[in-house]
Amino acid sequence: MNEELKFLSRQAALGTISRRKFLGRAGALGVSAAAASTMLAGAVHAAGPQKGGTLRIGLQGGSTTDSLDPATAANTTSVNLIRMWGEPLVELTDDGGLQGKVAESFEASADATTWTFTIRKGITFSNGQEVTAADAAATLDRHAGEESKSGALGLLRDIKNVSTNGRDVIIELNNGNADLPYLMSDYHLIIQPNGGKDAPDAAIGTGPYIMKDVDMGVRFVAEKNPNYWGDIGHAETIEMLVINDNTARVAALQSGQVDIIDRVPPRTAGLVARAPGVTVSSTAGPGHYVFIAHVNTAPFDNPDLMMALKYGINRQEMVDKILFGYGSVGNDSPINAAYPMYEEMEQREYDPEKAAEYFKKSGHEGPVLLRTSDNSFPGAPDAAALFQQSLKAAGIELEIKREPNDGYWSEVWNNKPFCTSYWGGRSTQDQMFTTAYLSTADWNDTRYSSESFDKLLIAARAELDQDKRKKMYADMGMMVRNESGLICPMFNDFVDAHTDKIGGWVEGVAGFSLMNGYAAQRMWVTG
Amino acid sequence: MSLLLKLLTQRIALGLLLLFLVSILIFAGTIILPGDVAQSILGQSATPEALANMRRDLGLNEPPVQRYFNWLGGLLQGDLGTALTSGKDIAESIGKRLGNTLFLAFWAAIISVPLAILLGLIAVRYRERWPDKLISAVTLASISVPEFLIAYVAIFVVSVRLRWAPSVTTINDSMSLGEKLHTISIPIAVLTLVVLAHMMRMTRAAILNVMQSAYIETAELKGLRMFTIIWKHALPNSVAPVINVVMLNMAYLVVGVVVIEVVFTYPGMGQYLVDHVSKRDIPVVQACGLIFAAVYIGLNMVADIVSIIANPRLRHPK
Repeated sequence: MNEELKFLSRQAALGTISRRKFLGRAGALGVSAAAASTMLAGAVHAAGPQKGGTLRIGLQGGSTTDSLDPATAANTTSVNLIRMWGEPLVELTDDGGLQGKVAESFEASADATTWTFTIRKGITFSNGQEVTAADAAATLDRHAGEESKSGALGLLRDIKNVSTNGRDVIIELNNGNADLPYLMSDYHLIIQPNGGKDAPDAAIGTGPYIMKDVDMGVRFVAEKNPNYWGDIGHAETIEMLVINDNTARVAALQSGQVDIIDRVPPRTAGLVARAPGVTVSSTAGPGHYVFIAHVNTAPFDNPDLMMALKYGINRQEMVDKILFGYGSVGNDSPINAAYPMYEEMEQREYDPEKAAEYFKKSGHEGPVLLRTSDNSFPGAPDAAALFQQSLKAAGIELEIKREPNDGYWSEVWNNKPFCTSYWGGRSTQDQMFTTAYLSTADWNDTRYSSESFDKLLIAARAELDQDKRKKMYADMGMMVRNESGLICPMFNDFVDAHTDKIGGWVEGVAGFSLMNGYAAQRMWVTG
Repeated sequence: MSLLLKLLTQRIALGLLLLFLVSILIFAGTIILPGDVAQSILGQSATPEALANMRRDLGLNEPPVQRYFNWLGGLLQGDLGTALTSGKDIAESIGKRLGNTLFLAFWAAIISVPLAILLGLIAVRYRERWPDKLISAVTLASISVPEFLIAYVAIFVVSVRLRWAPSVTTINDSMSLGEKLHTISIPIAVLTLVVLAHMMRMTRAAILNVMQSAYIETAELKGLRMFTIIWKHALPNSVAPVINVVMLNMAYLVVGVVVIEVVFTYPGMGQYLVDHVSKRDIPVVQACGLIFAAVYIGLNMVADIVSIIANPRLRHPK
């Protein structure tokens, strides 16, 4: 690469020459537009964040019925919105570790039953009030209280007592939990003045931005918080638009009305990426699409039938045809490499002969009924049809019943014995297993009940020896893979896209889509 | 004239009765839908405790009939209540959304209604010749293609390729009128294409019907120009059916543009209603339903009244 080009790309990144001019000059030097764009992106990154400007983001999932109260946040728009004005005690790092936000540090007692979080010194809420340990304690109290409607209520059940001592918040647990700080990174648990007990939806927090204009489900404008303690929040203004229609969202990016969007439909992601100045990024995450059977209900209480179904699914075909390659094959366990203590296990392959063998052994006769709907995951009815075909090769008949989107989560999921569904994943194995595979879990949507699994799960929670703990989680993963009603064919990637008008995208950030919901704060307008 | 007044009173009373019946229908409809509000609000992240707390707070444990009459009582005092989901005052949120919907409908109507009638007149003037055939072909084609497809094609060409106008039409208060109109120019064009054919065809058919009359022949024999005959003699006598279709289309522009709103991300009533239906927010759904019904009934009433005034025969029913 010649020096002139390098010089030019640096100039373009700093804004001394225009992007168009750079691409033109690069073309004249015989560099293809794609290569020049990549180079520019690299130079933009190296030049470091630029301050100011307006960053516009188009998001899926928002609704007029949403509230600014973090306790009831339940969609990606809400998560991105919360990240603007508020912060939890701690947050995930890019590689899935933990960093302090409102808490500057945290430490556990030897048995992991008592945790101490120290509140960062001298930080203030956007209303000017200083953040105290009492505010953090009140936040936990609000979300864990008996009156709570919080989505984080389930996570906080094990808390025995919360007290404060100076800048310290002391959390006492009934049982030891080495992962407690991960629970504190939950997006519902935003630290608010007096825990948000007075004004839960006032959007006053310690985040890098202050909400200026709020129109639920439509448009939000946030302005830089001049007193923010941290080093993110580069753009002066962030404008968030809710664009629920997939085609409209992609068109908004292509026509330059927004700089970044989430949920590019995998079907068209390849086409979108071909547009000039647009980068499509796919990020592996813990989210997975599943077929779930209640193993306490006939005919799925028959382990041989379950095994026949598990061998009768073509996982690679699903990744290719449902995710269009934006994902990875599953292994009938909810855990993949996105988890901190993942250990690889033998991949279960599509094997119609083995499936037929198990099916014969099960003695089951007649078709198996599977319920599905469009909103159980994108492409679910198609995935069901693929499953039907691959089972047919093993001589197993799958009957598909299409259910309405409306009411699917209350009438079918966690209610009917065999259906399609999805999981967004959790930040730790413990959370994932506790949420869905512990025999007493509310969302045990496979009705898996194993005493040895439960015991192992509780034991692993308090185990501070990482190697031992890793082994325990590997064992649990194996148990779920072989004994539960989970058929997990694929893990879906997050597919986001941004234009070259903004810089600072980081590949492979752990957590949710759009760099764990921090893209708008961490990226910057380049001119 | 007192007879006319009596007719008007009758129409209005009938309209109110219809509205009352509609409110019962909507309420019954929302009860039949599967799932409940608390579950829909909390989504997949609902725990049994959270659900129970939410249900109690929202008053969902009361019987439906009682909830309905509580709401009706409030309504008669001008109180639409608060949304179950966000706890906001419904009248306030609906006011803004309704304003946006009417804004879009108004500008679409301002363009499409005169255009449709003008095209209808031209079609009659050049009946069975190429302008007539061209106008019919274009308008029929545009009404036959689904509106979302026209919208997507318009977005691709005008917004993504030419970059003349935005595809995301989220208007807000800080925009000037000019900016707003530029923002919603593509949806206006699409809506115009969608409603044009109905009105144009009806204008053409109604005038052609009148053109057979003896007085048109007289006008022709007087030596009047063809366009003058159509404009001065034929159109006033065929106004009743035209007004009916115009009103139906205007009602459609207010209540039937959900798809356009979604495709263009326009913050109107349609999107607002859909969001609340999927969360089972019954008070909001009812309020929206009632407003839509009122618009529909009101516009039809206007059409009836104009027809009655335009046609003295209708004033003396046998």
